[in-house]
Amino acid sequence: MGILEVKGVNKRFGGLQALGDVNLSVQENTVHAIIGPNGAGKSTLLNCLVGKLIPDSGSVSFDGQSVLGRSPFAINQMGISRVFQTPEIFSDLTVLENVMIPCFARRDGTFKLNGIRSVMSQNDMRAKAMAMLEDVNMADKATMHAAAMSRGDKRRLEMAMCLVQDPKMLLLDEPTAGMARADTNNTIDLLKEIKEKRNITIAIIEHDMHVVFSLAERITVLAQGTPLVEDTPENIKGHPKVQEAYLGGNH
Amino acid sequence: MDAFLLQILNGLDKGSAYALIALGLTLIFGTLGVVNFAHGALFMIGAFCAVTLSRILGASYEVIDPTKTDFLGNPAKVQMPYVNDWFGPVAGPALQDWAVPLAILFSIPVMLLVGWIMERGLIKHFYKRPHADQILVTFGLAITLQEIIRNFYGANPIQTPAPEAFTGSVDFGVWLGFAENAIIYPEWRLVYFVFAGIVIAGVFAFLQFTTFGMVVRAGMADRETVGLLGINIDKKFTIMFGIAAAVAGLAGVMYAPINSPNYHMGMDFLVLSFVVVVVGGMGSLPGAVLAGFLLGILESFFSNSSFKGWIIENLYLDGTFLASFIQGIDQIIIYLVAIVILLTRPRGLMGRKGVMED
Amino acid sequence: MFGLSSKHDRTILIVATLFMLLAPVIFNLFPENSALAFFNGGYPDLMQRFAIFAILATGFNILFGLTGYLSFGHAAFLGVGSYSAVWMFKLLGYNVLPAILLSIVVAGLFSVVIGYISLRRSGIYFSILTLAFAEMSYRLAYSVLTPLTNGETGLQVYNSDPQVLAGANSPTSPHLFGIEMSSAFDINLGPWQFTFPVGYYLCAILMLISFYIAIRIFRSPFGLMLRAIKSNQTRMTYTGLNPKPYTLAAFVISGMYAGLAGGLLASMDPLTGAERMQWTASGEVVIMTVLGGAGTLLGPILGAGVIKYLENVFSKMNETLLETWFAFLPDSLQHAVVWVLSKFTGEGWHLTLGLIFMVVIIFLPGGLVEGGQRIGKRFSRRKSSGNDDDNAAASEPAE
Repeated sequence: MGILEVKGVNKRFGGLQALGDVNLSVQENTVHAIIGPNGAGKSTLLNCLVGKLIPDSGSVSFDGQSVLGRSPFAINQMGISRVFQTPEIFSDLTVLENVMIPCFARRDGTFKLNGIRSVMSQNDMRAKAMAMLEDVNMADKATMHAAAMSRGDKRRLEMAMCLVQDPKMLLLDEPTAGMARADTNNTIDLLKEIKEKRNITIAIIEHDMHVVFSLAERITVLAQGTPLVEDTPENIKGHPKVQEAYLGGNH
Repeated sequence: MDAFLLQILNGLDKGSAYALIALGLTLIFGTLGVVNFAHGALFMIGAFCAVTLSRILGASYEVIDPTKTDFLGNPAKVQMPYVNDWFGPVAGPALQDWAVPLAILFSIPVMLLVGWIMERGLIKHFYKRPHADQILVTFGLAITLQEIIRNFYGANPIQTPAPEAFTGSVDFGVWLGFAENAIIYPEWRLVYFVFAGIVIAGVFAFLQFTTFGMVVRAGMADRETVGLLGINIDKKFTIMFGIAAAVAGLAGVMYAPINSPNYHMGMDFLVLSFVVVVVGGMGSLPGAVLAGFLLGILESFFSNSSFKGWIIENLYLDGTFLASFIQGIDQIIIYLVAIVILLTRPRGLMGRKGVMED
Repeated sequence: MFGLSSKHDRTILIVATLFMLLAPVIFNLFPENSALAFFNGGYPDLMQRFAIFAILATGFNILFGLTGYLSFGHAAFLGVGSYSAVWMFKLLGYNVLPAILLSIVVAGLFSVVIGYISLRRSGIYFSILTLAFAEMSYRLAYSVLTPLTNGETGLQVYNSDPQVLAGANSPTSPHLFGIEMSSAFDINLGPWQFTFPVGYYLCAILMLISFYIAIRIFRSPFGLMLRAIKSNQTRMTYTGLNPKPYTLAAFVISGMYAGLAGGLLASMDPLTGAERMQWTASGEVVIMTVLGGAGTLLGPILGAGVIKYLENVFSKMNETLLETWFAFLPDSLQHAVVWVLSKFTGEGWHLTLGLIFMVVIIFLPGGLVEGGQRIGKRFSRRKSSGNDDDNAAASEPAE
C-alpha cells in the first residue's frame, strides 16, 4: 500500500479522453517520476491529485484518506505540497514573510482569525522560517522583496515554502522547465539534498530525461492518458514501449 | 394582452439606451480589456451635444417688432434667432425644431474626437496597470467630465424638445387590431427605439462584414494571437474606442427629449449599464444588447402598478410589510435580478469562459 | 508599549495621538482676525468629519489596501450605521453609546450578507457586485423601505418618539452620559481662538482606537494572510489556506468600521438620509484611501484629512472672495483669473477633486505616502551621497 494510491481514474474534456483508467501507487519515501510525451495527461493527473480537477470516476487516496472532493487547501493540509512549473510565490512580500505564511498555515490550519500578536514577535515561527532559509542558503535575502529575485532564487524560495510545512509528499510539476543546464543541475542537487535530509516522498512530473534519471527511484510512463509501464529507471531505459511512445509516432 | 404589450413597449426606450451604452462598454472591455467607468459620461456628453446644438440654433438677438405691442402698448421686443436671418423664415425655425436629430451629425465628430483623446491621452497608459487602477482613473475622469459639464450648463436639467412632428403619440393598438387608445405610445420613444435598432444593426454589420470588424472580433476572442499575426491591433482598438464613444454619444443625443439632460445622468446610467453588461455576459456583444432590452422591459413591468397589485393580491400579501416592498420593487428589480444571475450563471446570459475572470 | 513590537509603529501611533488631540490647535494656526484665518479649519464640524472619515477610510483600507478587493459599496454600511444610530435615539434616547454599538453590530451583520454574496466573485465582478448592492441599498432606503428610513425626508428624532431610557433631565441632543456632543469650550490666547469640542474628541478617541486596531491587524498573521490574498491566491490555496473566510473577515471588519463611522455621523447630527448611501459617497472613500496611499497605515487618514480640508477651503471660496484676492491685478486680467479659478472653487470643488484624483492615479499610484517616501529617499540619498544600498529601504514594510 503506497502513500498515494490512484485507482481507475478517468477524466474527459468534452470528446477528449484526457485520462483513461489510470492506476498509480507511490511508495512512501521514494522519488517517483511520471514521464510522458506532451499531451500524455501528466498535468491533468497532477491536477486531479491536488484537487484542482475532480476525476469523472476512480479514486485517489493519500495516506489512507480519499482526496476526492476536497479543495486544494484541504489537500495541502493533508500533507501534499505542490511546486509549480513557474514559481508561484508572494512577490509583493519579503522572502521571510513568504516562508512564514506556510509556517502559520501549518500551525493554524486553513483559517484562523489571528489578529492580535504581530508576525514578527512570534519568535518560534520566525526561527523556523529563518532555519528553513538557512537550509536553502537564502538567509541573507530574508528582507528582500520576493519579486526582486532571480528565477533560480524564486524556485528555491518556493521549494523552501513547501518544505517548511514538513509535507509528507512533495509534488513537483516540471521543476526545471525552461531552465539553463546549470540551473537544472542546481535544482537536481537541491532535490537530492532534500531527499537525503528528510523523510519525504517526492512525486515529480518531468520532461527532461536527465533530471528523471538522476533522481527517480520509480518511473511511470504515461502516454495518451494511460500508464504504459511502471518500473525502475534501469528497466525503463531499455523498454521497447517507452522507446515507441517517445520516438515513434507522437514525438 | 394589450396591457402586456404596452409594458413591453414602455420598456423599450430605456432598454434601448441600456443596450447602446452596454454595447459600447462591451466593445471596450472586449477589445482593450479596460473597465470604463467614464462610459456613462460619454452618454451624458452626447445628450449635451443635443443641448448645445439646440442652443446654437436658438441663439437670437432682440428686434423691435412694430406689428406687436407689449402690455404697456409700446412696440414689443421679440427674440430673432440668427438662423432665421441665415436660412430664411421657413428653413430657420425648421432647423431649430429639428435640433435634436441634427445633433446626430454634430455629435459624431465630437464623440469620435472625445473618444480618441480619451484613449490616446489617458487609457492607453493603463493597459498594463491593474484593473483597480483602470477603474479608479476612469472613475476620476467621469467625475471630472461631469463637473465640467455642470460648470458650463448648470445643475438643473435642461429641456430639449423633440421636433414638433414627433411630439404626439401613436395609437399602437389600432395598428395591431386592439381597441382604440389601448396602447398609446409617444412617437419619439418609437423613434428612439428604431434609431437604437439601426445603430445596433450598424455596429454588428460593421463587425461582421468588414475586414476591420473581422480583425476586431478576432482581437476580442484572443488578443495575443492576433497581435502575433503582425496586425497593428492597437490602432484598430483606438478606432474601436472612438466608435464605442460615438455609440454612447448617439444614445445620449436622442435620449435628450425623453429625459432632460442633467450633469449626473451619465453616472445614473453607468451603474445600470454595468449591471446590463454583467447580466449579458462580459465580452458578449449580443448578450449586452439582449440584457439591455430584457432589463428595460423587466423594469417597466415592475413599475406597472396594476401588475404589482396583481402580485400582491395573488400572493395574499395585502396589508403586510411585503406589500409596500413590492410597491417599490421597480426601483431595485434590476439589481435583484443581476445579483441572482451573477450568482447562478456567473458568466451571464451569453458570456464566454475566461473573459475578465480575475 | 501597547503590544506594538516595532518602534516604527509606536512612533506613528504617538504622532497620530498627538495630532488628533491637538488638532483644534493645529487646524487653527492663524489668528482669528488675520487675512489667513480663511485657511483655518478648526471648527467642530470639519474636525469631526475629518475624524469620522478617517475611521471610514482606515476600515476601507483593511479591505482594499490589504486584499486588493475594490469595493464600491462602502457607503451602504455607512448609511446602515447612521440609520441604526438614529433608531436608537428614537427608541432609547440620545445617549450615543448604545447608538454607536448598534450601528457597528448592524453594519457588521449587513456586511456579512453582502460580503458573503459579493465575494463569490473576484476582480471587477466584485467591484460591480458591491456597486449594485450599494445602489440597491440606496434605493431601498430612498423609497422602498420608507417605514424604516422615512424615505426622502430622512430619518430624524421627533418629540413623539418613545426614548424609553431618557430621563426627565436628559439632554435633548446626543450626549454621552450627560455630556453633550455639541458642547465645547473655547480658549482665547491673544488673537488666537481655539475651540475644543466634545463631539470631536469622542470621534478622535474612537478614531485612535480604530487606528490602533488597524495597526495590530496590519502586523498580525491575519494581516499577512490578507496581503497574501492580494499577492497570489493560487499560492495561498496550495499553501493550505482558504482565502474566502480571510477575505470575508476583512470585508466584515471594514464594514464594521464603516458602521462606526455612520453611527458617529448620526451622533454628531442626529438625522440621516438616503443620499449618504449613494455610490458616489462610496467613491469618495475610495478617493480618500487611494489619494493617501492604499495599503499604508497613515495613507487613509492623510487622505481623509487632505480631502475634507480642501473640500472646506475650496467650497468656501466664492467669486467675491477671489476678486478681493486678485484685486492687485489689472481689471481685465483679474476678471480672467477669477473666471478661471471660479470654475474650480465653490461649486466647482468636485472638478478639482476629480482632477487631483486622476493626477494621483496617473503619476503617484501609491498615493501621498509614496510621494513622501520618494521625496524622503531622494533627500537621504543626497545626504549620504548615494552610498546606501536600496535593499534595506525596499524591504521596509509599508508604513
